[in-house]
Amino acid sequence: MTSPGPGDFKFIISVSPHVHSGQDVRSVMRDVILALVPGVLAGIWFFGFDAFRVLVLAVLGCVAFEIGMNRLLGRASTIRDLSAALTGVLLAMNLPSGSPWWLIIVGSGVAIILGKAIYGGLGYNPFNPALVARVFLLISFPVQMTHWVVPAGITTGLDGITGATPLGAAKEAAGLGKSLSETILPDTLQLLLGNVGGSFGEVSALALLLGGAFLLYRGIIRWQIPVGFIGSVVVITGIAHLLQPDRYLGPVVHVLAGGLILGAFFMATDMVTSPVTRTGMLVFGIGCGVLTSVIRLWGGYPEGVSFAILLMNALTPLIDRYTRPRVFGQVSRKLFEEAPSS
Amino acid sequence: MKFKGGIHPDYHKLTADHATVVMPLLKRYVIPVSQHIGTPGEIIVERGQEVGRGQPLTSPAGFVSVSVHAPTSGKVKKIADFPHPLGKAQPAVEITSDGEDAWFEDIAGHGDWRDLTPARLKNIIRDAGLVGLGGASFPTHVKLSPPKEKPVDLLILNGAECEPYLTSDHRVMLEHPAEVMEGIGLLMRALGVRKALVGIENNKVDAGEALKRARPVDLDIKVHLLETKYPQGSEKHLIYALTKRQVPAGGLPMDSGVVVQNVGTALSCHDAVKLGRPLTERVVTVTGSAVREPANVMVRVGTPVAEVIDFCGGLTGDVGKVIFGGPMMGIVQSNLAAPVLKGTSGILCLVESEISQFQGAPCIRCGNCVDACPMFLVPSIMGLLVERNRFADLGEYHITDCIECGSCAYVCLSRRPLVQFFKRGKLEWHEHVKQLEGSVS
Ligand code: SF4
Ligand code: SF4
Repeated sequence: MTSPGPGDFKFIISVSPHVHSGQDVRSVMRDVILALVPGVLAGIWFFGFDAFRVLVLAVLGCVAFEIGMNRLLGRASTIRDLSAALTGVLLAMNLPSGSPWWLIIVGSGVAIILGKAIYGGLGYNPFNPALVARVFLLISFPVQMTHWVVPAGITTGLDGITGATPLGAAKEAAGLGKSLSETILPDTLQLLLGNVGGSFGEVSALALLLGGAFLLYRGIIRWQIPVGFIGSVVVITGIAHLLQPDRYLGPVVHVLAGGLILGAFFMATDMVTSPVTRTGMLVFGIGCGVLTSVIRLWGGYPEGVSFAILLMNALTPLIDRYTRPRVFGQVSRKLFEEAPSS
Repeated sequence: MKFKGGIHPDYHKLTADHATVVMPLLKRYVIPVSQHIGTPGEIIVERGQEVGRGQPLTSPAGFVSVSVHAPTSGKVKKIADFPHPLGKAQPAVEITSDGEDAWFEDIAGHGDWRDLTPARLKNIIRDAGLVGLGGASFPTHVKLSPPKEKPVDLLILNGAECEPYLTSDHRVMLEHPAEVMEGIGLLMRALGVRKALVGIENNKVDAGEALKRARPVDLDIKVHLLETKYPQGSEKHLIYALTKRQVPAGGLPMDSGVVVQNVGTALSCHDAVKLGRPLTERVVTVTGSAVREPANVMVRVGTPVAEVIDFCGGLTGDVGKVIFGGPMMGIVQSNLAAPVLKGTSGILCLVESEISQFQGAPCIRCGNCVDACPMFLVPSIMGLLVERNRFADLGEYHITDCIECGSCAYVCLSRRPLVQFFKRGKLEWHEHVKQLEGSVS
């Protein structure tokens, strides 16, 4: 056998490392979307076709705006990384199932354009795009955004009955000076399953926890954010409840009702807008929990998860800066301090 | 016994069960003068001169310098610049073999190392041209001579072989356990320590067992199996996993009382003392899907890569890269005329589809790199700083502590060329410090 000589091959020349884990943005986004499937199915189960319609419109809307912005700004297509699709799913889950079509489209546009594209695309956006859209809609269209449909099940038609979320009901009662014992609230099991009023994707705590566990198992999210977030909500609302049980709901309701589980596992953990260090993630999670509790207990809105996460998003660069791990071997010497300063 | 951070790449130890085969003698060898960290030696042979195997071709220039030796007997054909694995052509001695493979007349064993003084041992090791065979190629005698103010009480033998694909150290431990153990003994004597630890990843249990069985009764050498995790073989992480001592940032192992040597180096030290043989050959793992018959090969230093690959059946048509070393830190080759050096532990031939391109999409702040960095740096932010030319801020992020292990790039979701960034960042940071010093004085 005559082997080819050295000159017969064309070699790729690049710096080490020469191999890669194979995990990329697309595979991670795909896993997150997969993890959201139980929550989506629960939403469709409880809210019927209407919810499915919200999902389809939001995903199509986000992908369409993504394509449009890529074209407009002359950027390479980013559809393949699935981040726009994920934003669509998350946005849908944060909307009432009865949302009118235009609300969904406006939301998609805000998420992709104001939430991401104007900063330079994925990776540069400081705020979670789906949450930017949700808060924008909540402020601009408060009526439509709090038009909660009571779950009627997949079999009924389009006209669900309007009702309040558990947190909303409690807030209203407090506003009227009524004791909580006079307000009718769903029991814990219903909260866990999701048979309550609320956004399409936030109602079933159980389904969301399933997806969250999957993401933890796959190492895509780290425990620090959800544990810090939910843990601090439990502690703060628990203390408030112990002191004034008539006025404040218990920690179990606070955890299971509203968008806490969705927020803690799927929104606050958004990689781009949360810290990169483990300590930073814990600080971030606790910050989200404290802010959420404060808004829910004493603020003007019954729900505070979105505002809390967005506020903490803004603090992320600062948190990263102050939670840098101590470098290996940094026992006594600090290189930076040895370097001369001008 | 663990260090924090690191990664679990696919190991692909294709050649773990392949006994070392000896490559037949070639007609021609090219021995570069510069094969170690430090000053290259000065050439002491002339064109046309007859040389014996093991005859020095250069003499050391200064303390951090060793000789290179003729890999076989024959004639000096040419002294000129030849292709070098590090890229640019460099001075080298070309030798045409006479087919006799006769040892240089001065070659003679030095007897039992137990009867030799530490100073004598170090001289023998230096004259044998020994450098770290794990890849870093730092002259061995220099490592064995710590300054007085840095007391060393422990010798650590690196048998981790944490780079995927490579199995040369594995085979050395398995095939020559007694010689490795004796080599460790003489290194301990040269260094003046009573204790030695051998660190081996637990994917090489057989090597560990072989060494344990071969331990000379008079020596305190303990063999430890460590977690299989990259970069277990990084000196600082090996020391930490074995002793919980942290080498201070910017410091050397001797700052924590340790000297680290590779197990292959121990074997070569044994050969140098017992048989009087300078370093003229080593085990090289020739591997990867792009080489037809992967093998562990005993190769003479100075053998052109093309010849070694030919010996292993040649390359497949879809080869994409030929790498000296492993896939994590190895150096890519552009010219197969470049020769095997003392520090060449492997020749890795990857097909195009196995090679990752690091094209540098924006960082999505996934934090994978932070979890993976065994030095506890924040590669994501360091990468951004380099990308934005904010070199002055790199010091704050301890860029000089980066060991360029590539763990961060391996797990990066955006496949950012992080190691490339940090190589550049270090240069720019040093430039920045120099400028500041200039402006202060
Ligand atoms: S290459 Fe440098 S920054 Fe990256 S993981 Fe290794 S030590 Fe850390
Ligand atoms: S692994 Fe890559 S994408 Fe992830 S934070 Fe680090 S640099 Fe950014």
